[in-house]
Amino acid sequence: MIHSSMNCTKCKTKAVMKLPRHNAAFCKPCFNHFVHDQVEKAIKSQAMFGPDERILVAVSGGKDSLALWHILLALGYHADALYVHLGIAGYSERSYDKVQYYAKMIAAPLGATLHTHTVEQEAGAGIKELAQLVHRPTCSTCGTIKRYQFNRAAIEKEYDVMATGHNLDDEAARLLGNVLHWQEEYLDKQGPSLPASVEGFAKKVKPLYRLTERELAAYCVLNKIDYIVDECPMAQGAKTLLYKEVLNRLETESPGTKQYFYWGFLEKQRKQSATSAPATMAEKDQTILHPCMSCGQPTTAESCSYCKLMARAKSAVPH
Amino acid sequence: MHIQLSHPSRTVDIKGPKRAKDVLRELNLVVEAHLVIRGDELVTEDEMLADQDHIEIRPVISGGT
Ligand code: SF4
Ligand SMILES: [Zn+2]
Ligand SMILES: [Zn+2]
Repeated sequence: MIHSSMNCTKCKTKAVMKLPRHNAAFCKPCFNHFVHDQVEKAIKSQAMFGPDERILVAVSGGKDSLALWHILLALGYHADALYVHLGIAGYSERSYDKVQYYAKMIAAPLGATLHTHTVEQEAGAGIKELAQLVHRPTCSTCGTIKRYQFNRAAIEKEYDVMATGHNLDDEAARLLGNVLHWQEEYLDKQGPSLPASVEGFAKKVKPLYRLTERELAAYCVLNKIDYIVDECPMAQGAKTLLYKEVLNRLETESPGTKQYFYWGFLEKQRKQSATSAPATMAEKDQTILHPCMSCGQPTTAESCSYCKLMARAKSAVPH
Repeated sequence: MHIQLSHPSRTVDIKGPKRAKDVLRELNLVVEAHLVIRGDELVTEDEMLADQDHIEIRPVISGGT
């Protein structure tokens, strides 16, 4: 138990952040060291990528993705970023400003590049209008577009791996949701490192899965990374928020709950795949996937969901 | 002390001196879901906050999808 000692566990100067789940408190330099160390552990233990590989980070202007880009650059990795401009009035411009500012002031001097994909340019409308046009919820339309564009950029620009800013809270909340509904088919794909299962799909990794949202926000504040605190106005993740709230209440009562829950799951998964060797995900995918007839990206149908979306949007446009 | 809150953006006044964790409790906010920032410096929940301090309590949990 930490009493109200406010000194850094390591160097005894004044602490700025307590970490009950590690029974520690850190000053700024020691906290940064802790964060970098956790990410390095994630990268190595899950065989995410090596020092010579090219990484494409999916950035949104929020704390997690900007922190991820910052940490990878600090660790000396070759990390560029892609921002998908969704065209959401009052939000996209502000989040894009944060990304551009970071790219210009910090990433560019380190030799890193920001790529931007603008939804309106390719689809002729912003995400909200597009979703209305095809009669689908905004977030599911958005998900289809982002997944597609990140994968396309990674493949076309020849990155070895695509990294997203999912943190421990995201993964623990998702796991809780999947377990509560026994969504076993999703449990398969919940690891922090998904291999490039077939030609045309980039490898995907989540290097922040060992860090909590609070730790990542603290990392941004301490390192003066200016991120967008507001959420996307379309966000309706009421379920996710509820799961996160419940997990945080458990965490408060018994520090470490979130990491035991998610890391424990990963450990079980690792053991299982080591003993029984059922068809690996790559093998399963290979049997059901083939190239989309319009764009070539792997899909289970004739056209991929992105091409279907675009086709429906085009036919819905009144001429 | 002046406290800046988000979601929705608003300010409240609370009488100091008071520990950050007690301020959070008074506002019904969970430590695990917030950061306490004084001026532009992060402080721990044990920090004693004074009346003249400018405090931001920043939520760190995002809903996403
Ligand atoms: S909240 Fe919905 S619309 Fe906004 S970025 Fe997330 S998925 Fe896209
Ligand atoms: Zn220290
Ligand atoms: Zn396609």
